[in-house]
Amino acid sequence: MALPRVMPCLLYDGTALVKTVRFKKPAYIGDPINAVKIFNEKEVDELVVLDITAAKRGTGPDLSMVLNVASECFMPLAVGGGVRSVKDVEALVALGVEKVIVNSLLLRSPGVVAEVVREFGSSSIVGSVDYKRGLMGGMRVHSASGAPAPRDIVAHCRAISEDIGVGEILLTSVDRDGTWEGYDLDTTRAVAAAVSVPVVAAGGAGSVADVRALFETTRATGAALGSMSVYQKRGMGVLVTFPPRAALLGPDV
Amino acid sequence: MTVVVDYEMGNVASVLNMLRRIGVTDAVLSRRPEDVARAGRLILPGVGAYDRGMGNLESFGLVEPLRQRAIVDGVPTLGICLGMQLLASGSDEGERSGLGWIPGRARRIPAAAERTVPHMGWNYVTAVRDNPLVPLDSERRRFYHVHSFHVVPDDPADVLATTRYGDDLATVIGRGTVLGAQFHPEKSHRFGMDLFERFARL
Repeated sequence: MALPRVMPCLLYDGTALVKTVRFKKPAYIGDPINAVKIFNEKEVDELVVLDITAAKRGTGPDLSMVLNVASECFMPLAVGGGVRSVKDVEALVALGVEKVIVNSLLLRSPGVVAEVVREFGSSSIVGSVDYKRGLMGGMRVHSASGAPAPRDIVAHCRAISEDIGVGEILLTSVDRDGTWEGYDLDTTRAVAAAVSVPVVAAGGAGSVADVRALFETTRATGAALGSMSVYQKRGMGVLVTFPPRAALLGPDV
Repeated sequence: MTVVVDYEMGNVASVLNMLRRIGVTDAVLSRRPEDVARAGRLILPGVGAYDRGMGNLESFGLVEPLRQRAIVDGVPTLGICLGMQLLASGSDEGERSGLGWIPGRARRIPAAAERTVPHMGWNYVTAVRDNPLVPLDSERRRFYHVHSFHVVPDDPADVLATTRYGDDLATVIGRGTVLGAQFHPEKSHRFGMDLFERFARL
């Protein structure tokens, strides 16, 4: 098998990096380029950058930010937020982005995603699925953009990987985002067991032990770190950082 | 001058960024035969389908200029990912003949229980003989891989380094000054920088 991957997941609000709690209260973190330089030094496996306001702005990805990040990024780069069309994907790939992440587009126009997969190959397209506990209990797909979302997370993940053809799933627990309380292992386990594509879990990582628990108890092959990659510790100030590889994966990996 | 061949097959920005990062100041992105003819080094990157890759090289009139410079003149040449597969004689993925500079064929990686295809992610690359790109020592070097096909050279002596993915796949191949890397050194941190630095010194 390929090695498990642990990656910073950076959020961008159109001008700077921010960090949210449960997808709300974006707090200022800093400049994306500076962060990328630090992650190069830390030799992280991959970098995820999500523009959390692009879909609302409706203007498509911020290509100047992506160009600046991609030019400094000597690891695989995955970028999402505001992707509307084959043309947007083409523009991102031309700047040096390996993987384009789609979320709202999967809910709103799955046919466009299928077209993107045919054009660029499934290994270039990541399907992002956000979910949260519904009012009646039970986990439900969350639609940040307001587009209608299916109820069943596992069925949705199967559909986007098997029918639409995304090559990877970024699975994010809204309820755990920014909480440092650990990954939602149950939902991650259910999704990762039901799909044949790699699953990256996001939302809740608060310690190296959380990452280890994810890899030991689910079939997820990727772990995204949000707060842990931009704060010193829980409740403390901004510090762009990353745990050492040996601490995350053990000395033999 | 280092010519990165521009034949509309995927992401070349990352290769140029990496060359700039290691201090290669003479790199140009070009499909002009006259640039190929005076290149001191050639890099053939590429992501995408085999037939489209060969088709583009042919329609841009690059096959003969590349052969002249890489094979007849013997300037150091590096194929990356699809670019490495094009160095072989052909591929299970397509109908067209490859460049044929390293005899052999790209075969589909057989899917197996614990082996998903494409092979995507970081993995260790181990030199199997003395070669210009990956040192024969005990350091574990990890590189970022994304591929569904792997080259099987006719002559095992052309296999320079391998990646264990179920089987040992040939992920660095070479014959004389023609070299290929299946993975993406431009996205592989200091391990990739080291590989490009070695190539730049050839």
